[in-house]
Amino acid sequence: MSRFNSHEGRQTSGPSRRWVLSAAAGMALTAACSAPGNSSVGAGAKSAAGKAVSTTAPKGSVTLNLYVETGFPLPVKLAEEFQKQYPNVKVKIRQDQFAVITQNAPRVMASSDAPDLIRIPTIVASAKDGLLADLDGYARAYGWDKYSTGLIDQMRVSDKGVRGSGPLYALGIGYNITGIFYNKTLAAKIGMTNPPSTVAELESLLAKAKKAGIQPIVQFNDIGGVNFPFQALLNQYEDPSKIANWVFDRPGADLDTPATVKAADKIASWGAKGYFTSDANALTYTDMMSRFEKGGGLFMFNGDWESQNLAKSMGKNVGFFLAPPASAGGRLVAMSAPATYAIPAKSKNIATVAFFLNWVHTNSKARKIIVDVTGSSPGGPTDLALPAVADGSVVAQTLQATNDLAQKGVAVDFTANATAGIYANTIKPELQKLITGRETGAGFAKKLQADYEKELSQ
Amino acid sequence: MTLLSDRTALSGRRDPASPRPGPRLRARRWAGLLFVLPALVPYTVFVLRPLVVSAQYSLYDWNGIGAARFVGVDNYRRVLTSSEQLTPILHAFELILFFTVIPVCLGLVTAALLHGLPNGPLATTARVVLFIPQVIPLVAAALAWSWVYSSDGVLNQFLRTIGLGSWSRAWLGDFTWAFTAVGLVGSWVSLGLCTLLLITGINKIDPTLYDAARIDGAGPVQEFMAVTLPGLRREIGVCVTVTVIAALASFDIVYVTTQGGPGTQTLVPGLQIFQLAFTQREVGLASATAIVLMVLVLLVVTPLQRISRGAE
Repeated sequence: MSRFNSHEGRQTSGPSRRWVLSAAAGMALTAACSAPGNSSVGAGAKSAAGKAVSTTAPKGSVTLNLYVETGFPLPVKLAEEFQKQYPNVKVKIRQDQFAVITQNAPRVMASSDAPDLIRIPTIVASAKDGLLADLDGYARAYGWDKYSTGLIDQMRVSDKGVRGSGPLYALGIGYNITGIFYNKTLAAKIGMTNPPSTVAELESLLAKAKKAGIQPIVQFNDIGGVNFPFQALLNQYEDPSKIANWVFDRPGADLDTPATVKAADKIASWGAKGYFTSDANALTYTDMMSRFEKGGGLFMFNGDWESQNLAKSMGKNVGFFLAPPASAGGRLVAMSAPATYAIPAKSKNIATVAFFLNWVHTNSKARKIIVDVTGSSPGGPTDLALPAVADGSVVAQTLQATNDLAQKGVAVDFTANATAGIYANTIKPELQKLITGRETGAGFAKKLQADYEKELSQ
Repeated sequence: MTLLSDRTALSGRRDPASPRPGPRLRARRWAGLLFVLPALVPYTVFVLRPLVVSAQYSLYDWNGIGAARFVGVDNYRRVLTSSEQLTPILHAFELILFFTVIPVCLGLVTAALLHGLPNGPLATTARVVLFIPQVIPLVAAALAWSWVYSSDGVLNQFLRTIGLGSWSRAWLGDFTWAFTAVGLVGSWVSLGLCTLLLITGINKIDPTLYDAARIDGAGPVQEFMAVTLPGLRREIGVCVTVTVIAALASFDIVYVTTQGGPGTQTLVPGLQIFQLAFTQREVGLASATAIVLMVLVLLVVTPLQRISRGAE
């Protein structure tokens, strides 16, 4: 409390107190002598690129440290199976909330006890800082470069910080697609027998549901989850390669386009018509899931990482379809991205982790674990059969959708992944305004592009 | 204290011709330093050093890992000129209404009322209930409040029960109400602290003053205005200072309840600094914002200190 009634304290400012304070300040200042940061951090990063790499099974006792997301059991289950097959490998797992990992990843990877494998959603900045191991050597040796290029290329980063080309810096453990889950009982009530084949059909279903007193869409938007339906529409209106360029930060990429305005206007009109819940801007992801599972809405825009959860809670009452094209017979375009895992450049077991990643993509038991735990596609060699799942289940539908997309569609990464700040600073607040009539489609498109350019220019 | 104040005569202002302090005095000076050391070391490592380092970072364009580029006062220019950086600062000042004005006013009334209560279980219970928010971690409190405010939360259930169902809404997701909702959580937290401090202050007021006031025929209101309020000047000063700092530097409550949303309705500098540093990896701009925030807090709090001490 002395801070607030320290008139006695004033008498104490003799030389010794001053000395002590200046010494303390001096100690503090010495910390600030040199410029912060470390330009040589990436010195070892490129080591794996040129050299021949080892692809043999790990020998001797090895300990791998994984840094993964809490509440997401997949890596844990995979590690258990891997240790069974390779008893000389011990896998230690550290878990944190997804947001915590994302925020701490650069510092954790730069530290002296960097993990051997880390769950990391955006890799550009870390790749540029030299924090990630270049996996090209392993990609060639293991044949990863022959996997579905649309997905693998998302994890390449050029030395200019542009995604889509350059060395490979990560791999997916599970390859996600997004689309629309629907409640079959509610769908039957409004006479929906087949998934809509155009955006217009989708809209007429929304209108029918609203009229019948059924909540058309349950979508979290406390942190900007309406970006799922927004991009689902944008993907249909805009040239997917333009969206990909934008997400990959290619120079000159521009999404302030009529298509963006159109998609955003549509989202605004859905908001005005009450297609989203009235509490959407406060609805959390968890609440959205439980509400949808309890039959609280007809549609939910989400990804196949929830397929198994929904199959467990809703049985055969849930279905899945990819966002329909703008006009009948159009090409399928869906948001799709791997759950990316990278090897820090400072890992001492890069070869073993690479072996583990290859095992995850190719071992039949590992692939089955991925499908059983999440419902996402395990990726891997295109000629490798997918693990069997129960016919008619929602998991079968999402896997089928993944296949359809790979064969005759286009996968586009999440616009939210374009830059580190775009989601929290622009997409989230703008979508919250958009669905409550406080922003127009044109205003949204303009702000999206302006903030994107501002962030990239910094 | 005497150890130090003894020596004020020998302070830096002493006559340059006078002899240097004798060995005994010097030894005492070092002994004094020894006592300060356990507090000074952590203070230097965890408060002074981060402060200096932040000031340094604020002059760089740095992502926290890679090479840093010196940009001078550019970050400060950005903080002070862009409306996106200024809106949160404005919100912080608006929060003073909820964190300071409401709790101090309510706290005064509550303290005066509690003072009138005879000491017993009722007064103790009332004090405990009022102080509980101070004991609960802010994050837990904010989580609990976000349930209260949710669309199926207690508040909306209550409104529906009393027939005001049309007023019910997702308070934290509502553009008009989110800020008030968040602010009231702050009022709830601060009220206990203010009340407790003020009760302690009232108990220190000489009871004869109350007797004198009563003999002069003062009613409860006059008594409050003429005796309690002036007697509490310093406690009020403490309450205002602590809560104003809490308002300007708020983070936890906003982070847990709204993350600054909907839109940017509840964005505050604390949250913005966090997002800049850890989400956007703009350590330089984040540090500059933090320094600006610190200066603002000092600018507001220093005169407050003067005012509350002015009477003495």
